[in-house]
Amino acid sequence: MNLNTRYTLRHLAAREVIAAAGVMILSLLAPIQASAQETIKIGLIASLSGPSSKSGEAITRGMTLAIEEINAEGGVLGKPLELLRRDDENNPGKGLTAARELIQREKVAVLFGGLQTPVSLAIVPYVNQVKRPFMGPWAAGTPITQNGADPNFVFRVSAVDELVDVALVDRAVTVHGSKNPGLVLINNPWGESNERGLLAALESKGLPHAGIEKIEASDVDVVPQLTRLREAGADTLFMVANVGPSAQVMKSLERMDWNVPVVSHWGPAGGRFSELGGPRAETVEMIQTFTFSGTQTEKGEAVLAGLQNLFPEIETAADVTPAVGIANAYDAMHLTALAIENAGSTAGEAIREGYYAIESYDGLVKRYQQPFTPDNHDALGPDDYVFTNFVAGEIIPID
Amino acid sequence: MIASTLITGLGLGAMYGLLALGFHITYAVSKTVNFSQGASMMFGAVMGYTFSVTLGWPVLLAFPAALGCCAILGLAIEFFLVRPFVARGSEAWLMATVAGGIVLENMVLFTFGKEPRNLPSVLAQEPISLFGAGAYPLQIVIPVVGITIAFALTWLQRSTRAGQAMLATVQRPEAAQLVGVDTRAVIAIAFAISAVFAGIAGLLIAPLFNVSASMGTIFGIKAFAAAILGGISSAWGVMIAGLLYGCIEALTTAYLGSGYTQIVSFSLVILVLATVPNGLFGRAAVNKV
Repeated sequence: MNLNTRYTLRHLAAREVIAAAGVMILSLLAPIQASAQETIKIGLIASLSGPSSKSGEAITRGMTLAIEEINAEGGVLGKPLELLRRDDENNPGKGLTAARELIQREKVAVLFGGLQTPVSLAIVPYVNQVKRPFMGPWAAGTPITQNGADPNFVFRVSAVDELVDVALVDRAVTVHGSKNPGLVLINNPWGESNERGLLAALESKGLPHAGIEKIEASDVDVVPQLTRLREAGADTLFMVANVGPSAQVMKSLERMDWNVPVVSHWGPAGGRFSELGGPRAETVEMIQTFTFSGTQTEKGEAVLAGLQNLFPEIETAADVTPAVGIANAYDAMHLTALAIENAGSTAGEAIREGYYAIESYDGLVKRYQQPFTPDNHDALGPDDYVFTNFVAGEIIPID
Repeated sequence: MIASTLITGLGLGAMYGLLALGFHITYAVSKTVNFSQGASMMFGAVMGYTFSVTLGWPVLLAFPAALGCCAILGLAIEFFLVRPFVARGSEAWLMATVAGGIVLENMVLFTFGKEPRNLPSVLAQEPISLFGAGAYPLQIVIPVVGITIAFALTWLQRSTRAGQAMLATVQRPEAAQLVGVDTRAVIAIAFAISAVFAGIAGLLIAPLFNVSASMGTIFGIKAFAAAILGGISSAWGVMIAGLLYGCIEALTTAYLGSGYTQIVSFSLVILVLATVPNGLFGRAAVNKV
């Protein structure tokens, strides 16, 4: 199975297949240069295989729907958009190799990233070096956009760890009255990014912490780590990990019979957490930027209908998981199309300025008002975060 | 904290020990090992999930069927990835078995799917209290199964004709053939048993962990460390080393912090090998000339 696929067409009737075959034969006869100018290529480097592959699928779905809508309106600069995907296999080295290939050989106008902060962090220095815009629709690591480069070509439509961490601490204090929280963090750069953010947020409130425990994706049982936190008097747990290790935390809490509130980053939303995490999975309060559950705006209903049309396996809002990946990618793609339109070309520097020139966009997550400025490359902020939990396998807003 | 930590360590350690027994049994008859033990473990769990959850077979039918699939996998590994290289006097079986594991993992990725799944078990739903600590009954079952298998394997090797044939196969293959031992079959069966041990480990750990194509890799590495630590030529040695390794991991995490777990456990392996090159319970090979 070739994971490096192109998405420009969806349902093909027999007549369309014959027509497409004819176009393909003609395109083979046409000069290569002419073929390269027919579309504006958008690259995506995400997890398309392995345990995080659901995230790559979600980003693909969001971007594909947006591209369908944009192309139906005539494309950008008179050309249709074309999505080129590469699998990073959750490996920063492979992600960087794919970035080089997409930018140097495929000449993508903008590169999109995936769920994994370590992969995005590996790509960021390269895109800044070659001056090619990079859009992050999911990975929340603070240094992805705040990378110190000048000029900075990295933009994001997603949560930002240091802002999420402030929201997590606020919730633990205001809702659970936490005075001595413990930190349970995945042992990778995403966990480290949140360790810094959580400690800063706790310090700003003058709160101590019961301890910092690291967990691995391969940990069968995290009782030893949790026991340390319980013995240190932790009254709330901050959890930053993806689905598998988060599920192990909840199973271990069940084994310990420790009823402690768990306030989590959005990692558990990426897969079958409610199935894997046992009876306590539904007690986790996790941050999201968007959910398809509950009352939807007109835009939300239209996007859900569009997704159901494109992907027939989506029957209800519960099937649109993880919603944040789809929603962020959908808005990020539309904002990118506006940036290219503003730029008037696919030159990297011009597109970068094009992002700053976006005045407003009525998106799925929110109505964006000048989403990017030279001092702020993150389109979403704390006001856009919502706390949710799993109910019968569906992610539902708590408040 | 000590009771809870030891329960964690013994459960994990018995799983390492079961996988390490798979390394032991093929080494004992052929001086080769199946480096795709982690993938075999994953295969057992995936087949168990497929039969019991996807197809809805009763567990008493699904799990033996899954282990049967593991046995066939073990035979295939020996026939395609080990035998051709050994026949040529090559050590390339080492890389071939590693590659075979990667191929299997990716095949499962495309057929089984990319997401981790939950393999339900009545033994991993309601925790019980044991010495004041919570434990899933399965965490007690795993060491019991591991120790029982190590005991049975030792008895088999020392007290039965089949066991004698296994030992003869590695010590004097030509002489063994002269007295009617089919050495090729013995080695093939050893690889089948090795994969079955891995499958048992996969089926036992899956309800506590999850089932996914990538679940076996890290366990395979740690189990090989346990096999080397215990002395790969001793069945009891690798099981005890597995239990020790699991307990050291859990105790280090509990008392020093999770940041030190891998540093301490792998440093200990290096230290033991530097001072006792054949492992804690292994014996030096004797070559008579």
